[in-house]
Amino acid sequence: MNEETGTLIRDGVPSILNPFDELAVEAAIQLKEKHGGEVTIVTMGPPQAKDALLKALAMGGDKAVHLTDRAFAGADTWATALTLAEYIKTMEFDLVICGKQAIDGDTAQVGPELAELLSVPQICYVRKIDISEDGKQVITHRETDEGYEVVRAKLPVLLTATKGLNEPRLPNIMGIMKAKQKPFEEVNIEKLGTDPDRLGLKGSPTQVRKVFPPEKKKGGIKIDAENPAAAAKQLVEFLTKKGAI
Amino acid sequence: MGLLYDRDTCTGCMLCPKACNFDAIEKDGDKVKFDLDKCVLCGSCEEVCPVDAIKIERKKIDSAEIAKYKDVWTFCETSDGRLRSVALELVTKGRELADTLGEKLTAVLIGNNIENHAQTLIHHGADRVLVVDAKIFADYTTDAYTIAMTSLIASRKPSVVLYGATNNGRDLAPRIAARLGLGLTADCTGLEIDEARQLIQTRPAFGGNIMAEIISPYTRPQMATVRPNVFKPGEPDSSRPGEIEKVNIEVSPVQVRTRVLEKVSEAVEGMKSVEEADVIVCSGRGIKDPANLELPKQLAKLLDAAIGGSRPIVDLGWLPPSQQVGQSGRTVCPKLYIALGISGQIQHLAGMSSSDFVVAINKDPDAPIFSVADFGIVGDIFTVLPEVIAEVKRVLDSR
Ligand SMILES: Cc1cc2nc3c(=O)[nH]c(=O)nc-3n(C[C@H](O)[C@H](O)[C@H](O)COP(=O)(O)OP(=O)(O)OC[C@H]3O[C@@H](n4cnc5c(N)ncnc54)[C@H](O)[C@@H]3O)c2cc1C
Ligand SMILES: Nc1ncnc2c1ncn2[C@@H]1O[C@H](COP(=O)(O)O)[C@@H](O)[C@H]1O
Repeated sequence: MNEETGTLIRDGVPSILNPFDELAVEAAIQLKEKHGGEVTIVTMGPPQAKDALLKALAMGGDKAVHLTDRAFAGADTWATALTLAEYIKTMEFDLVICGKQAIDGDTAQVGPELAELLSVPQICYVRKIDISEDGKQVITHRETDEGYEVVRAKLPVLLTATKGLNEPRLPNIMGIMKAKQKPFEEVNIEKLGTDPDRLGLKGSPTQVRKVFPPEKKKGGIKIDAENPAAAAKQLVEFLTKKGAI
Repeated sequence: MGLLYDRDTCTGCMLCPKACNFDAIEKDGDKVKFDLDKCVLCGSCEEVCPVDAIKIERKKIDSAEIAKYKDVWTFCETSDGRLRSVALELVTKGRELADTLGEKLTAVLIGNNIENHAQTLIHHGADRVLVVDAKIFADYTTDAYTIAMTSLIASRKPSVVLYGATNNGRDLAPRIAARLGLGLTADCTGLEIDEARQLIQTRPAFGGNIMAEIISPYTRPQMATVRPNVFKPGEPDSSRPGEIEKVNIEVSPVQVRTRVLEKVSEAVEGMKSVEEADVIVCSGRGIKDPANLELPKQLAKLLDAAIGGSRPIVDLGWLPPSQQVGQSGRTVCPKLYIALGISGQIQHLAGMSSSDFVVAINKDPDAPIFSVADFGIVGDIFTVLPEVIAEVKRVLDSR
């Protein structure tokens, strides 16, 4: 954030694979390694999102799909989910794995919205994924506010990945080289074939009315603890006065 | 594309590049140009333009349709029969919004054997409580709860529906939003009604670096998840009248496609949840050794506080993941937050900087945590903390 103008500094900030999506990619690759199948990486985003797709391919994804068009811009979570659903609907899949939340908006909404639009059940915030022996069900540990619950569902299912699911691998040189040879599809609005009025800003039921920097909290009192007992006394007095104790 | 720029009308006043929070407008000769890959169509430029040279194309609002929706609703979550504290916070805030609108506040209570909470919700401000009580709702499942909520919403048409931004609330609300084609704003920290009677939903974005005001102009109800602990619940008024209505909603087991096989609590004996605690004692890497957590635990016990940890402490397995505070952990908003040996990186601050009161003890005078601390002590936790514990003990004993 530029403190003077209050604007976000985006220049020189590389487009990265969101950390929770790294967990999702890693989980998909591990499932493939164990059970077979194919991993497709799908993202909707501006041209620079290609870097994130290449990284996921370098980790071990089989093919990538980049949904990119000016008509998708300004999408809220609903329009994002719709765009993704319109493409994913055309594929056959057992599992769709999203991150728990993105690090820019961190809404955690796109996963469940996408699940609904694909008409599949969802299990959000999973820390562990197992496939049943017959290959028809998924058994997960889903994080709750109290701890976790063991949740089972028939495939196909949409999962969202949270911390603790795995340790995403770092792509190695071989992986990075191979990534450039892997199938990479770019999909624009014509190819997607969806009515532009349903996508992007026009298709978004929410609208950002204003953005502003948060109220900057100023540091308050700061004391040195040369005499720890005196410092402790001062702190406790202060807290008592404020009614915090 | 939604942004229209009329270069001929533009006077080159250069107000719009300044208003843009996304660095998407640049000087171009004596006019401006737009970088549409950076633009999120937020409309800040449209608002400041004195000659209306910028226009964001938006959908039309169907006022007749919108007028059919009335009243504020809160989804009041229970967990194993217990009412979550966020439910009371929602009812308190919901009451305020309903009063501004001059409409009624309805609390929705779904679960099994939970009717006993209905009175509590009325005492905190609900005019009516819809109770959906059946075995199928005993465990939270996305499918059963979505069916219940969508059928209530579709038949009764509220204009605002609020959910707690808990794990279940953030699982449920987007599912409902997608089924009904509604806007939904996540994790709000501010809610207000504007002159046009719409809900202004304020939320942090980009890890707390920016705040956004969001509206849902075209669809009803307007829905939001609300961050726990932000709106403090008011005092209950046991004389408040209210109506309790039991609603029967049929959900057959085949409609519920996920099955909860087991619930595991990770609550460590005597360890309160960081999201619900009024006081949090949070330790960072400065604590050095898991054995040293004894000290923060002693303080937490005295203050009836939850024990929290920064990410490294949790990654090392010294505290369970449920206690991690920060961007990839829990977002907290207690009355008092005590940070011990935490540097205060942005990802940590994102999860705690809206706490009412922050105390930090750190031996590095330049640690960023001091920039959000109301009271900072520059010193070694191992010499200062024992003194703080002794002093708190003394004060509490003298009461
Ligand atoms: C995507 C992403 C998500 C993240 N999410 C989170 C998150 O959810 N939560 C989180 O906390 N972090 C998160 N992080 C990590 C974050 O960036 C920091 O690395 C982390 O918060 C640092 O933890 P710390 O303050 O405990 O450790 P450090 O940064 O190592 O700080 C230790 C502090 O202790 C002080 N100290 C040491 N010894 C003493 C002593 N004896 N007495 C007093 N002070 C002492 C030092 O001066 C120092 O300031 C995330 C990072 C990324 C990239
Ligand atoms: N534009 C997008 N393209 C692909 N996946 C997305 C996109 N936006 C969100 N997601 C997925 O949905 C998750 C939640 O995102 P969000 O709701 O924005 O917090 C992310 O971790 C991604 O897995």
